[in-house]
Amino acid sequence: MSLPFLLEIGTEEIPDWMIPGALENLRLLFEKLEIPHESIAMDATPRRLVLRAEGLPERQADSEERVVGPAKSAPAQAVAGFARKQGVKPEDLAVETTAKGEYYSFTRKVAGRASKDILAEALPSLILQIYFPKTMYWTAKGGPRFIRPIRWMVALLGEEIVPFEIAGVHSGALTSGHRRLGAREIAITTADYEQRLRDHYVILSAERRREKIRKELAGVRIKPDPALLETLVYITEYPTAITGSFDAQFLELPEEVLVTVMRHHQKYFSVEDARGKLAPQFVAVMNIPADPEGFVRRGNERVLRARFNDARFFWEADRKKTLAARKLDLAHVTFQAKLGTYLEKTGRVVELVKELGGDADAARAAELLKCDLTTELVKEFTELQGVVGGLYARADGEPEAVWQAVYDHYKPESMDDAIPRGRTGQLVSLADKLDTLRGCFRVGMVPSGSRDPFALRRAAQGVVRILVEGEISVPLLNLIGPDDALRAFFEDRVRFYFKDHCGFAYDEVNACMASGWSSLLDLKARLLRVQALRSTPDFEPLAASFKRIRNILDQAEFKGGVGFNQQLLEPGPEQDLYQEYRRIAGQPIEHVISQLRPKVDLFFDKVLVNAPDARVRQNRLALLHTLLAEFSPIADFSEIVTHS
Amino acid sequence: MQSFQDIIFTLKRYWADRGCIIQEPYDVEVGAGTMCPETFLRVLGPHPYRVAYVQPSRRPADGRYGDNPNRLFKHSQLQVILKPSPDDVIEQYLGSLEAMGIDLRKHDIKFEEDNWEAPTLGAWGIGWQVMLDGLEITQFTYFQQCGGIDLDLVPAELTYGLERLAAFLQVKDSVYDIEWTKGFSYADVRYRDELQYSVYNFEAADIPTLWKLFELHEREAARLLKLYDPKAADKKRFPLLPTYDHALKCSNLFNTLDSRGAISVTERVGVIQRVRKIAVGVAQAWADQQQEVAQ
Repeated sequence: MSLPFLLEIGTEEIPDWMIPGALENLRLLFEKLEIPHESIAMDATPRRLVLRAEGLPERQADSEERVVGPAKSAPAQAVAGFARKQGVKPEDLAVETTAKGEYYSFTRKVAGRASKDILAEALPSLILQIYFPKTMYWTAKGGPRFIRPIRWMVALLGEEIVPFEIAGVHSGALTSGHRRLGAREIAITTADYEQRLRDHYVILSAERRREKIRKELAGVRIKPDPALLETLVYITEYPTAITGSFDAQFLELPEEVLVTVMRHHQKYFSVEDARGKLAPQFVAVMNIPADPEGFVRRGNERVLRARFNDARFFWEADRKKTLAARKLDLAHVTFQAKLGTYLEKTGRVVELVKELGGDADAARAAELLKCDLTTELVKEFTELQGVVGGLYARADGEPEAVWQAVYDHYKPESMDDAIPRGRTGQLVSLADKLDTLRGCFRVGMVPSGSRDPFALRRAAQGVVRILVEGEISVPLLNLIGPDDALRAFFEDRVRFYFKDHCGFAYDEVNACMASGWSSLLDLKARLLRVQALRSTPDFEPLAASFKRIRNILDQAEFKGGVGFNQQLLEPGPEQDLYQEYRRIAGQPIEHVISQLRPKVDLFFDKVLVNAPDARVRQNRLALLHTLLAEFSPIADFSEIVTHS
Repeated sequence: MQSFQDIIFTLKRYWADRGCIIQEPYDVEVGAGTMCPETFLRVLGPHPYRVAYVQPSRRPADGRYGDNPNRLFKHSQLQVILKPSPDDVIEQYLGSLEAMGIDLRKHDIKFEEDNWEAPTLGAWGIGWQVMLDGLEITQFTYFQQCGGIDLDLVPAELTYGLERLAAFLQVKDSVYDIEWTKGFSYADVRYRDELQYSVYNFEAADIPTLWKLFELHEREAARLLKLYDPKAADKKRFPLLPTYDHALKCSNLFNTLDSRGAISVTERVGVIQRVRKIAVGVAQAWADQQQEVAQ
């Protein structure tokens, strides 16, 4: 008989951003149990993680277990002992022939276990194994750990409860509705579970909650914000969107500040007018179905008004002092205990910007770069650092290149984010990031595993992207300096950028980086060439030959430095290959590959590199080495993975 | 309309009915209700405890001379400690909001992740900020560690922001317009505190004197801690509570010096470490002292 299975882990409110990962983890853990099932579906709200599977067998299939006993030649006593252990008579044993001879054996039938028993046994530890980035005790020290306290559990296989217990909570057939609109205990079956929840103001499916919000947003022109939508989907059990408004006089404040207050602090969508300008409205998503008396709308409007008033207070207070006048205050702001203050950092960044060829605007931007750290607005809205500095610089009348450079200097903040607009912004951003990287590596603050408190990976990735996408031709290694750990760190970032972000094949990236990666623009140009070459018919065979050459040279421990002697060349394929090399030397590989390849093939076909005469052998190795070196400025083609 | 003090009466009654001791505010300056011995020390050790109290909480740097409608040097927290936390703690908490007349079927309540951490106390917990119609009204924390010690029982800590709650219930845009009781506004009662402490904390405090006071309290606390002997037969007599008072004094003096702009970057980390050292030292000695008493 085929049964449906329902597991609901009822908890207190789980942080929204952890829920999708936890569900995926739960699914994998369940699949590891290897209980056959036809389908599996995962759902969650902030207060429940739910796994539903269809088509579980009532019991596992019966199986056979074969036990091999003593050899046929063994004494009767041993055979009897083996039979007794299996619970049978000696004459019931079979004899089987193996590679080692004839042996007694017995095949035992093992009845399949009930799925319910397997589940009851496995689920407690399975549930506690679900990975969360941070967990807690809730019963007492040494008790179970979970993301938040578990308060109820539903576990049904067909109509039967799968019985188990975690931290004093027993599995059962009672779920729980919306905290205030639903009942606290609701009897359910696997068939009516989702509908019963719905009756108690819980929309189980994240997709349905998402759709409900989307539909309610349809009439309003909101700034699209998929990440905020996901947060709201996983922070509510019964989401409903409502629109509120604020006094249009607040629109005098910078839009960035208003949007940050709405988005980050209040989780509101901001609204645009027909021309794409911020409108004095917002959309909040509440966790109840309606607000007929306007309590929720008015409450949210009041909170927003207070927040905007604060922001205006800070904006006006900060404007009493120019950004430039704040520079010396940076002596009171620590950059990092071992790396001194932001004033010291500013000095270094100004120097570095000049080294990078920055003009007076770039130097000015570097001076102002961190001054916003002393403003009230940044203390209140730390996520706006940089942006706020840019806004104040603009208000202070700084040139456009300067204020934009300050505004953009934390960019790119993710792989999807743009690099700073304009050369000035790119240079100061580079200098700021490089200074952080050099400094942190110098004092041993090197990221390891998931620990990267200064976001150095992101900083290094930003350096790579700005150099490549900003088409800045400064050699990266000159910027990094002599630190080997930092070089290795950057090498990984460069590899990641070209492979995972730009989509070059890993072996092309390896091949091209083997020929150097300091000049990233040059590296990119070479990668494009190799990528284009790869689709030509001669490329892979030639790459295979190059790999062979590399192996031969490695095996012979050829160090180069041997003078090449034309007189030692044998007429035929060897001479031909040499002539071909002479003809093509210095030409782009694209132009010569089709002529070169047959010559190389023929050489390997007919010529024995490992000639008995040591001089001839060394000469051949030198020829091959020269040939390999001819193209090595582009890539080490022996790194290309070929199919032949 | 419920006055500010009505709200306090309601909450105290509500938690008293659920077995809480009602304490009065602690009589040494603190930055938060968590720092009172009733929380900081009582959460340690194996003894169940339930307490609620209003704690005026001083944050020198947050003072605004009484000009800003939402920011205060001294705000009032209603602090509840339920140790161990009951299984229905959230239901009980929601009940307290309903006791104040908030119909939660018509308001939007959300629990947003917010893990509390106080490095100077070696303390942290897991929890939420509770949002009511978009307003943060309560910090809800399951204490996990205090003074660097894993807690035997897991206490729930509820910290209500009373001014916010009152402004919400009375529909006021400025805390100064809150009605404290009939005929008296919040401004009537507290405006002078805000103005005068802002002047003191930002302008008038004598920096060398504050440093001297800091060092005196630190020295006294350190002297006492050194004398604590875990093996002493009569260690339960040992004055750890007075020692902790000196740690609190240091903490408040540090905050005042900080708002006065008197602590340089290089000093800052070091001074925090000094306060932490005393606070954690007291917590550890206290945990040890409790163990002995339990036997």
